[in-house]
Amino acid sequence: MAILELNNVSKSFGVGSSRIDVLSDINLKVNEGEFLAIVGFSGSGKTTLINLINGLLFPDKGEVLLKGQPITGPGPDRGVIFQNYSLLPWLSVYSNVKLAVDEVFPKMSKSDKEAHILKYIEMVNLTPAKDKKPKELSGGMRQRVSVARALAMNPEMLLMDEPLSALDALTRGSLQEEIIKIWSQDKKTAILITNDVDEGILMADRIIPLTPGPKATLGPEFTVPFERPRDVTAINKDEQYKRLRNDILEYLMEVGATRRQTSDHKYILPDLQPVMPGRIVFGKKKYSESVKHF
Amino acid sequence: MKDKSIKTLRMIGLGFLEPLIRLFSGEEPSKNGKLFFTKALLPLLSIILFVVIWHAGATALYNSEASVRIEKARAEQGEEAAIAMQECIESGDVSCQPNTLPSPKQVFGAFQALWQDHKSISEKKAEFKDKVSATNEQREAQGLDPITYTGRPSFLDQIGTSLKTVAAGCLLAMLIAVPIGIIIGLSESLRTAMNWLIQILKPVSPVVWLLLVFMIVKTVITDPSLDKSFIISFISVGLCAMWATLVNTSLGVSTVDKDYINVAKVLKLSIGQNIFKIILPASLPLIFTGLRITVSVSWMVLIAIELLAQSPGLGSFVWEEFQNGANDSNAKIIVAMFVIGIIGFLLDRIMLSVQNMMSFNKGMA
Repeated sequence: MAILELNNVSKSFGVGSSRIDVLSDINLKVNEGEFLAIVGFSGSGKTTLINLINGLLFPDKGEVLLKGQPITGPGPDRGVIFQNYSLLPWLSVYSNVKLAVDEVFPKMSKSDKEAHILKYIEMVNLTPAKDKKPKELSGGMRQRVSVARALAMNPEMLLMDEPLSALDALTRGSLQEEIIKIWSQDKKTAILITNDVDEGILMADRIIPLTPGPKATLGPEFTVPFERPRDVTAINKDEQYKRLRNDILEYLMEVGATRRQTSDHKYILPDLQPVMPGRIVFGKKKYSESVKHF
Repeated sequence: MKDKSIKTLRMIGLGFLEPLIRLFSGEEPSKNGKLFFTKALLPLLSIILFVVIWHAGATALYNSEASVRIEKARAEQGEEAAIAMQECIESGDVSCQPNTLPSPKQVFGAFQALWQDHKSISEKKAEFKDKVSATNEQREAQGLDPITYTGRPSFLDQIGTSLKTVAAGCLLAMLIAVPIGIIIGLSESLRTAMNWLIQILKPVSPVVWLLLVFMIVKTVITDPSLDKSFIISFISVGLCAMWATLVNTSLGVSTVDKDYINVAKVLKLSIGQNIFKIILPASLPLIFTGLRITVSVSWMVLIAIELLAQSPGLGSFVWEEFQNGANDSNAKIIVAMFVIGIIGFLLDRIMLSVQNMMSFNKGMA
């Protein structure tokens, strides 16, 4: 059964000549418990798509259904991990998670709440840093806090908007594994937005490419057949992995190329001749022979 | 110990003493000696240079005023009077001293005189208190108001009064400006609606605010037991100085990072929680920047307002001394000028440390 459904969704910004159609005619069905990755070029409207699902934006056309009901706004049932962490800099790691827990479980007793918060901080291996401010943490650690905050809300669905793209390759690799490890504990529905095809293959059950914007839409889906838990080094040598990776990349390149060709507007430069200084004669003023011009 | 004291010094804005502490603990003597020279000794040298120039200027003015007096005496009363005037000036007699910019020495003398004056007045006060303590106990038992000292306030008392007025004015400014700033900051349409009013009222001179407050307070407060001049002056100070806080608060609230707002939306925070948990903490640094400006502006306008409102304090001290025209009045005015400057500087430093404490963007917390 599809927990999330997008039917003919279109979204544009601006009016008149500055109107940009970001997304057009998006159709998507996400099943309960699956890990879906959406890959696309930067600027193709991936963040707009995730904002439509988390309720920060609303579609111009079409509908976004969560369990058959149209989405009316953001809610703690969909935990969001933002690209730029979005931690509150004046709160410690613990308080950042607590803010979310306070909101979602207002009736929980104080000690239960503390145990709950600490459990999720422990899950992302941040127990030693729980009293630190985000400023004192590295990028990877900050994103872990963000993961802990999203998970502590106990959401039905986890939305990740390029969560790892601001991190270096090594941190990214270890966080990918950690997120997958945490996800596999209770197999919540997860949607990952990424620009990295490898990341998608490593983490997701299904990969859907987003064509470059404007008027971005979803391409054909690619199923990732590998068994979990996946081992990065083993997968890297797998022939099937190489084929899948090439297929997706080829598709993205192809749509990228056709998109580029659609603009057939030609720019014609005016035919200008350089003018030597000193040769300009204004009105009837005589050109003086005695002055040397270069 | 060393690191802790350096941190404290830095926080209260005395960072220039840091090399001295490092020097005493024997840390990189040559580098810290040089740093101490540039950070602490050079400013000291500039102060000395300032005093020297001041002294030279004051002497020149004194001489020109003296020669004018002698010439005047010569023109009006003849040679003999001119010689008498010259002798009189040279003898240092109070009756014929040229009245001009006082020299640093005179100012220091005036400072000592004011200090002596303060001591003698506080002695008188203590004496008075001893005398009336028995009577006051009786009066209290009878339910009457105690007898209080009503003599002339000393210079330090007047500083105290001024500080009290500024504190009350700033508190008033904060209580008015911060809530209004938050409300305006939250709503784009309210901001546009109020903007013209703020822009017009912001540059209004303290004197006009004083007159306006006077008009209202005169009618509203009829109880003679209340100190009307104090009320008028602190309200005027508050009204003059609150604009910086108002504008900064509304700016801070309206420019809260979109990411934090998104967090609040995803968590579905209620409006109250949104304000107190997200918007207010996020705009605290800007609010405190505004409050710092408010404090310095209120100290600056206070002198003018006290001068006009006839409320006791440094402003009226300056005005009274100017009207007084005694021999050391000019020197006392200069003393007041330095005191005003130093206190303003200290207030600004205090607010700067508070502002630094509140800021989460600068440095490691």
